[in-house]
Amino acid sequence: MRLSDAEVVDTFAEAFPMWGARIVITGESPAWAHEAARSLTGFATSVIGCKCEAGIERELDPAETPDGRPGVSTLLFAPDREGLAKRLVERVGQSVLTCPTTACFNGLEGPETVDVGGQLRFFGDGYQASKVLDGRRYWRVPVMEGEFLVEERFAVAEGVGGGNIIMLGRDSASALRAAEAAAAAMRSVSDVILPFPGGIARSGSKVGSRYSGLMASTNHALCPTLRAQVPDTDVPPGVGSVFEIVIDGLTVEAVSEAMARGLEAAAQSGASHVTAGNYGGNLGPYHIALKDLVPGAGEE
Amino acid sequence: MLTLALRDQPTVPLETEGLSPDRLATCGRGEVEALTVWHGNERAQVGDFFAVSGSADEELRLEGDLRRVKFLGAGMTAGRLTVVGDAGMHTGAGMRGGELAVAGAVGDFAGVGMRGGRLVVEGSAGNHLGGNQPGERAGMRGGEILVYGNAGEQVGAGLRRGLIAVAGRLGDAAALRMLAGTIVALGGVGARPGAAMRRGTIVAMSQVTLLPTFGFACSYRPPFLRLYLRHLRALGLPLTDEQIEGRYARWCGDGLELRRGEILMLESGT
Repeated sequence: MRLSDAEVVDTFAEAFPMWGARIVITGESPAWAHEAARSLTGFATSVIGCKCEAGIERELDPAETPDGRPGVSTLLFAPDREGLAKRLVERVGQSVLTCPTTACFNGLEGPETVDVGGQLRFFGDGYQASKVLDGRRYWRVPVMEGEFLVEERFAVAEGVGGGNIIMLGRDSASALRAAEAAAAAMRSVSDVILPFPGGIARSGSKVGSRYSGLMASTNHALCPTLRAQVPDTDVPPGVGSVFEIVIDGLTVEAVSEAMARGLEAAAQSGASHVTAGNYGGNLGPYHIALKDLVPGAGEE
Repeated sequence: MLTLALRDQPTVPLETEGLSPDRLATCGRGEVEALTVWHGNERAQVGDFFAVSGSADEELRLEGDLRRVKFLGAGMTAGRLTVVGDAGMHTGAGMRGGELAVAGAVGDFAGVGMRGGRLVVEGSAGNHLGGNQPGERAGMRGGEILVYGNAGEQVGAGLRRGLIAVAGRLGDAAALRMLAGTIVALGGVGARPGAAMRRGTIVAMSQVTLLPTFGFACSYRPPFLRLYLRHLRALGLPLTDEQIEGRYARWCGDGLELRRGEILMLESGT
């Protein structure tokens, strides 16, 4: 399939279920809300090494936030509900509770909830107080600055992790330019995040390794430097660099939409090829075919 | 919608426990007219005092001079009850859900022992608004009361949970023996607010004369208060940006109890 100047490989992204939560952070200024959001979502690129994946979803206008201050919406994903609850407590506790002027709210509606503020309240050492408004309980934790406000329960929902597109280019500069354009286009989609730095991973991985202690290792088939060295290379001639964008989302529809926008942007921005990563269809129940994302693309 | 219009004001108080939309929702007109009310110490029927029209659903409307009609909407759990005019004592007592809107004033003990729902009073409220039922330690345990006029003495006495907001002035001894919850006063506050309060919050938009058993903590912008005040503004209370975003002096008390309650006073020029 061709889309603009890019060859779109007839393959699919293999995604799998993850549990997700939306954390809304507000602050006296957009800058402080962003500081907390960056800290909360930092070191959360892959469950392989970080136990969770997180990212900034979008900036929130004061009119959209519970307390009418500037805010940032973030999404955090983990393989299971219990793990997600632990990560929420850890990250809100270490990154938002500590950050000047911020408050933290649940940003997702749903029947399943986990206790976050109800755990963090203990930092108040008995001086904490709660307030219930409109059926939601908030904890007021006294801190040296003044008071940290955090919602007690955060909704969690089954989402989708591991959506991805992979962009190949003639050299690092052109491939990165395509990846940057794809990431920018994907950020316009709600309910998704791109957990890697700047949304882009240069080190896509495969499952397993020749070293028994490693769960994952470099995706050697897509390393251009190994093209002449490995028998199963997927790097076409003339390709000098490859980048991957991983997408986690609250729904498979949102992940697919983000992939579609990213694919189109990458194809228009210098990618020579666009493909996607999968595990042969054996790992995840969600198979997002690239051909379904480019209905207008003509067959070669 | 079912409408009950009071024909004549009763000579002595008329007790109408059970006149709430949830309880009448499945009743036919005849059944409603046959419901028992107490006129003083005499058993009577709804039809003796009210002209019943319309058909029952989730909304009930009461019309007439209802100042001597007590317990309107008491214990209601759902639906909407509209009172066109004033309502008597114990209006909305023990409410658990739904919305009770009174276009006029309400008598004493309105909303006592509330556990949920919303009571909205366009006029003023009498004494003991959202307080405790006689003989009970804890008062209101949930829900919201909004009063656009003034409120009498002992507002929120024994308040345990929930929100009481008064656009006008609070009488003396507001939040007497308060256990928790929140009272917001946009007008003035009478003498001895928060006497013997253990926990909870009184928010005052004007200077308040405090008991000597309250201690000043600091001046700050309480983050939770923005949520509350924005919520109240969305419900129609006249709150300004200065009140929502302003700095408040935090006074902790009552020192004769736990000293975990607070009176937040808006600082002028913030």
